[in-house]
Amino acid sequence: MSARLLPTPSQTVGPFFEFGLLRPAQPNLVPPETPDSIRIEGTVFDGQGRPVPDAMLEIWQASPSGRYAHPGDFRSDLPIDQHFSGFGRNGTDAGGGYWFRTVKPGIVPWLDGRPQAPHLNVSVFARGLVHRLVTRMYFPDEAEANAADPVLASVQDPRARATLIAVAGDGVLRFDLHLQGEGETCFFQI
Amino acid sequence: MDTSTESRTGSRPVGYRRDDLDVHPPYDSPAYRSTQYRHPTRPLILLPHSLSEITGPVFGHEAVQASDRDLTHQHHGEPIGERIVVSGRLLDGDGKPVRNSLVEIWQANAAGRYAHGVDQHPAPLDPNFSGTGRCLTDDEGRYEFITIKPGAYPWGNHTNAWRPAHIHFSVFGPAFATRLVTQMYFPGDPLFDHDPIFQSVRDPRDRQRLVSSFDLGLTQPEWALGYRFDIVVRGREATPLEEP
Ligand SMILES: [Fe+2]
Repeated sequence: MSARLLPTPSQTVGPFFEFGLLRPAQPNLVPPETPDSIRIEGTVFDGQGRPVPDAMLEIWQASPSGRYAHPGDFRSDLPIDQHFSGFGRNGTDAGGGYWFRTVKPGIVPWLDGRPQAPHLNVSVFARGLVHRLVTRMYFPDEAEANAADPVLASVQDPRARATLIAVAGDGVLRFDLHLQGEGETCFFQI
Repeated sequence: MDTSTESRTGSRPVGYRRDDLDVHPPYDSPAYRSTQYRHPTRPLILLPHSLSEITGPVFGHEAVQASDRDLTHQHHGEPIGERIVVSGRLLDGDGKPVRNSLVEIWQANAAGRYAHGVDQHPAPLDPNFSGTGRCLTDDEGRYEFITIKPGAYPWGNHTNAWRPAHIHFSVFGPAFATRLVTQMYFPGDPLFDHDPIFQSVRDPRDRQRLVSSFDLGLTQPEWALGYRFDIVVRGREATPLEEP
C-alpha cells in the first residue's frame, strides 16, 4: 500500500462563488413536468435569524428505485435511470431562499442492511463557512420509515431530529436551514 | 469516475477515513468575522458512511468543454496580466489518482477584481476575462488550466484587510464524503501572515499544502510560468482484503 498523503485543507467558498459554480445552477434534478416530482424550497438563516443570501446548497440522492448513479452502488439488481444523475446545486437569493425540483428517492440500506428512510444528502456552503456543512432532508409523509431510520435514531435531541424532516406546505416541501442558534439545524460530521 | 472494486466487504460499504478533520479550519474562526453567526454551536453528529456517503455525483464529458480549461481564450481578445499554467493531480489519501473527476475554479482578474456583480473593489474589470474554468481529471488524476495570475484584493474583514492572491478550487473526489472546496495560493505571498482565511487553517504545515509551487517543468518557454498544485481528498478505510 502506498504512503498516506495528508489531505488538502478546506477554505471558504467566499462571497463570489456564484459566477464560478452556479452558471448555470442545477435546481432541476428532473424535468419540471415529471409526474410525482416535488418542489423543495427553504430559507437559510444565520444565528441572528437573518437570511443568508450568499449560500449554496448541493443535494445528492438515490433514484426512486433507491439506487445511486455511481459505480460504488453495487446493487446491480436495481435499475439505473440514465436520465437521473441524483445531483443538484442551487444558490440562495437575496432573501436567503433556495429551491430544487426532484423526485423522492427510494430505500437505501444502512451499514447492517436495515433500510434507511428516503433522504437527500445535503451540503451547505457559504461565505463565513470555512468548510461545508452536511445535513440530510427526510420526508414528512414517511413517518413509519423515519421512525425506523438509523441516522434519525442516532440524533438524541428530538428538536434537533425534527430539523431533519421537511415540512409539507402548499404543493411544496419546506426545508429551512438554521446555521446557528434557535432551531439550529442538525449537522453531521461526515 | 474511479470504479472502485473495493467499495465493500461482503455487503458492508467501506467508508472514508476522517483523518482530515483536524486539518480543516474550525467553523468558529473568530478572526474571520463572517463565521460569527454562521457556525453551528451544537456538536456535529457522527455520521457513519453508508452508501449515501460513499457514492457521489459523477460528471461526464458533457459537463465540460475543451475551452473551459483555458481562461485566456474565452473572449475575443486576450486578458491583461501574467499568463500562467496551473496544473496538478487530484489524489486520494493513499496517493491513488481520482480519475474523470470534476475540477472547477474561479478567481479575480489581474487587477484583483471579480467579474461578479457583488464585487465593489474599484479596480478595472477586464472585458476579456471571466475568471471561471472547469475540467475533468485524466487517468492520472491530472488537471490543467491556463489562466492569468489573479491580483490581491481588499475586503471588509478589518481595517486594511487584503486577501493574498488565490484561485478558488472546487472538487468532488470519488464520493459525497470527499467533497472539498478550497483555495490555492502562490508561493511567498507577503499577505499570508495577515489573512484570517488562510490562517483559519491552524497548523502551518497544513497551510503549506494550500500553497502552489513554482514548477519550471510546467513553465512554457516564451509563454507562461507554471504552478503546481496537487489536491488530496480522503482515502478509504482499509479493507481486510488489503491487509497483507
Ligand atoms: Fe476570492
